[in-house]
Amino acid sequence: MAENTKWVISGAPHVHGPESVTKIMWGVVIALIPSFLVSVYFFGLQALLLTVVTVLSCLLFEFIINRFCFKRPCSLGDGSAMITGLLLALNLPSDLPLWMAIVGAFVAIGIAKWAYGGLGQNPFNPALVGRVFLLISFPVAMTHWPAPKALFGGTALTDALSGATPLGFAKEALKTGMPASEIANSLPAYSDLFFGNMAGSMGEISAIAILLGGLYMLCRKIITWHIPVTFLGSAFIFSGILWLCSPDKFMDPVFHLLTGGIMLGAVFMATDMVTSPMTAKGKIIFGIGCGVLTVLIRTFGAYPEGVSFAILIMNALVPLINRGCTPKRFATSK
Amino acid sequence: MKTFNIGGVHPHDNKLNTEAPVKELPIPQQVCVMVSQHLGAPSQPIVKKGDKVKVGTVLTQNDAFLGAVVHSPVSGTVNKIADIPDASNYPKPAIFIDVEGDEWEESIDRSPEIKREIELDAPAIIQKVKDMGIVGMGGACFPTHVKLMPPKDAKAEFLLLNGVECEPYLTCDYRLMLDHAEEIMIGASILMKALDVKQAIVGIEANKPKAIEHMSEVAKSFPGISVQALKMKYPQGAEKQLIKALTGRAVPSGKLPINVGCVVDNVATCYAVYQAVQKNMPLVQRTVTVTGPSIKEPTNFLARFGTPVSAFLEAVGGIPQDTGKVISGGPMMGKSIMSAEATSVKGMSGILVLPESEAHRNNVYPCIRCGKCVDACPMGLEPYLIAASTAAKNFEQTEKARVMDCIECGCCQFTCPSNRSLLDNVKLGKATVGKIIRARNAK
Amino acid sequence: MNETIINSIWLLAALGLVLALILYFVAQKFKVEEDPRIDLVADALPGANCGACGKAGCRDMAVQIVNDPAYTGCPVCNEENVARIAEILGRVPEKKDPMIAVVRCKGGKVNTEAKAHYEGLQSCSYAASVMPTESGCPFGCLGFGDCTAVCAFDALHINPQTGLPEADPEKCTACGACAKACPRTIIEIRKRRDEDGRVYVGCMNKQKGVYSAKVCKVSCIGCGKCVKTCPQNAITLDNNLAYVNDALCISCQACVDACPTHAMTIMPLDKKKAKAEPEAAAQTI
Repeated sequence: MAENTKWVISGAPHVHGPESVTKIMWGVVIALIPSFLVSVYFFGLQALLLTVVTVLSCLLFEFIINRFCFKRPCSLGDGSAMITGLLLALNLPSDLPLWMAIVGAFVAIGIAKWAYGGLGQNPFNPALVGRVFLLISFPVAMTHWPAPKALFGGTALTDALSGATPLGFAKEALKTGMPASEIANSLPAYSDLFFGNMAGSMGEISAIAILLGGLYMLCRKIITWHIPVTFLGSAFIFSGILWLCSPDKFMDPVFHLLTGGIMLGAVFMATDMVTSPMTAKGKIIFGIGCGVLTVLIRTFGAYPEGVSFAILIMNALVPLINRGCTPKRFATSK
Repeated sequence: MKTFNIGGVHPHDNKLNTEAPVKELPIPQQVCVMVSQHLGAPSQPIVKKGDKVKVGTVLTQNDAFLGAVVHSPVSGTVNKIADIPDASNYPKPAIFIDVEGDEWEESIDRSPEIKREIELDAPAIIQKVKDMGIVGMGGACFPTHVKLMPPKDAKAEFLLLNGVECEPYLTCDYRLMLDHAEEIMIGASILMKALDVKQAIVGIEANKPKAIEHMSEVAKSFPGISVQALKMKYPQGAEKQLIKALTGRAVPSGKLPINVGCVVDNVATCYAVYQAVQKNMPLVQRTVTVTGPSIKEPTNFLARFGTPVSAFLEAVGGIPQDTGKVISGGPMMGKSIMSAEATSVKGMSGILVLPESEAHRNNVYPCIRCGKCVDACPMGLEPYLIAASTAAKNFEQTEKARVMDCIECGCCQFTCPSNRSLLDNVKLGKATVGKIIRARNAK
Repeated sequence: MNETIINSIWLLAALGLVLALILYFVAQKFKVEEDPRIDLVADALPGANCGACGKAGCRDMAVQIVNDPAYTGCPVCNEENVARIAEILGRVPEKKDPMIAVVRCKGGKVNTEAKAHYEGLQSCSYAASVMPTESGCPFGCLGFGDCTAVCAFDALHINPQTGLPEADPEKCTACGACAKACPRTIIEIRKRRDEDGRVYVGCMNKQKGVYSAKVCKVSCIGCGKCVKTCPQNAITLDNNLAYVNDALCISCQACVDACPTHAMTIMPLDKKKAKAEPEAAAQTI
């Protein structure tokens, strides 16, 4: 009997849904394209080069570790290393020395992902671990932000701040006792912040590009609304309460939503399937935790930005959240 | 439109060639009637080699409460009693009958007219249902007369008729509802009389608008019976999900439908009950869907039990060249069979032929903890957790994760983007935990 | 600067000393008196924590052995282990027949023809719920290695050529974990008989001969020749399947010669008897 005439025996179900890991991962990559394009538009070829180097080094580390340490079949095709690379690149300032980006890629893939056993096993978001590692190791390089320029090194579009993000500027200014309303005046307009015309890491500057990507992922059902909405919502409400208590000491909530990495974090980082809770209830708790922690770190912490730390802290709590937030059962006994 | 509350998936329904009329499959030269065709204690054959049988002659006996007898589907001579693989692929005892003509027992009324008056009283109906070997024809083959005898402390309030047919590909219940709506309704009335319930609801999914329309029309002349259209969602045909969708009641963990006052029967079972009670006809044949993407003309066949799968496939033009998998039942819960020797039984609702390209499992990736299985589980379980704890042989955890509530619908595995063998693991866990629980209870 | 370093060294040293003293006194206060031989016996045990004895682990077993002189001991210990334990406790080493795990199926990839192809969870217990075996034998080895997975001694491996598990005589301790794990109870713990050869029926098929011969070249067809040949009356035939009683067998191998299907097996393979094995088995070497 020829090999191909043997019928296949397997357990039910015999059909499979349209979803696959590869499709999900490449969907995220597609969703990241607008943010990537915006970063190239504002930061020029430098951004393109940094992204390519980061992504390539992530893929290379993934390949080497997978092939030589784990001896598993090639896992580059699933696209997860690609996402880590892209997300890491979008979290870096565009003039970061390339070797630092490679170190970040190694930490992200080698330590945050494969040290735990590869795809699906990592408790923390690899790209975020890479970024935080760089932030702590090379604080100067990681907090020096070039001002956005027109495409391919033209002149600056506006008199945007150079060397500090709006968040960093606000933090320093608040320390000197400058009232919040005055600070807002010396910052770019909210519309500039919304479209991305500000200093910051490559991917976080343009809220609209991120939201576009988020919308795409929502439509493809790659993410659910729970985490982004509760993350941004709780950050808005919490910072709003602080602002209402003392409008001079705290920045207003809209400022908090439009600056820094909160959009990128809420849409792409916190929603990472591997490191976020399973159930809707858990996702809501996770999102609220992220939002509140972000504002806490931003307003009371030493760093001007707290999204990465907030998400990493909540990542650590995910197993606990999963245990506590069981899905709604069909019917409870008794 | 109503549906059940949590979980569920939307597989492509793939109902092929639904408007083709049911064809009668020619009786083969020899039939192999499985001795046990129900869920429960196995039956014993009461015929021996050389016995002459007619259509409707009782072939087996079963004294157990959870038992059902089998009648001869053909007339002829018993050739032998020997083992033959059934849909589980394990050899099981079967009665081989060489077919000679088509002679029926005299007591059977084969006239085409529809008999509406129900003459028998409740105990007589139950006895008749038992004698005629009626079992649930949705696939589980639970003896129907047992459902008609609820425990003393429970009272049935609703009779629910399952015309959902949520399995992709299958169309046999759909054809039955179009062709024999009135008989189904009379069958339902008989069951209502036996159970002493006043209300019956037929649940039909929205992808069968013709059936909904026709059944609603016929139901008008039957007091107490109504038709409810349901939103398409798998596994709506599962007992607990159907009860939830139709009545809003949830069967608690470890309880039976009767504990919430419901009795669920398939429409095909109702039709069989009608024939048994009104026409004195035992269960000797059923409608079987023969379908698949590679089948030229998918057809519903009215076929006697004991007909080999190969005979069905010949009737639709032979086994296609590229066949990779043959399934008894639907693609979500059916069993893949090893050879076309297996014969049709009371619970075989369809034969699905999948081409080589659709027969294989996809490459397995690591679990990415996306939670899609949790969202899809209609029982609100965590399949990823059950599967992982079973794989780690941590059966205590498996039990705590409520593996015994699993209805094995396969939504988790269907939806898993990593193509993991979730249901395989969950079923293994359920079987093992079941053994552990039984051992504990025996102490 | 120097002062800071020196101060911190002093501080840490003092802290370490104080904590060490606390630990020492607490350890003295809560010390549990224990028979020192328990540790020695635990060391002498194989230490795999295989669970074959039903205890929580090797140390638990050691406690039992030391406290109960009548206790027969660890089922997986070899002679050396037994001798060492006996020496520690000053008892007479107990004599027992060395045992080994025996796989009573010779179907596999070589002697049966796969009629279908299984896909899905690689577990015998699960695969058994959807099919008999790929060849159709409802009693045969499924070959997915539930037994090899539980072996704590790395002694059982699936032979890639035959698709059947094989026990490594060097490593197998006859703990019986594999026998429990097999959903078809194919694996049996029998006497080793390394010199004479262990004789057993390499088949579990209880179907009638006509059916079992259809699915496998080396099935026991229940012909009963071995029963008649055996000088010891050690072989019984039940449900179309012969069984060699290990207690009565003298390894005379008369049955092995008589068996028409070569289901009767002798292991380890004797050179002069090798031709009695089916050719297929020889090909796999």
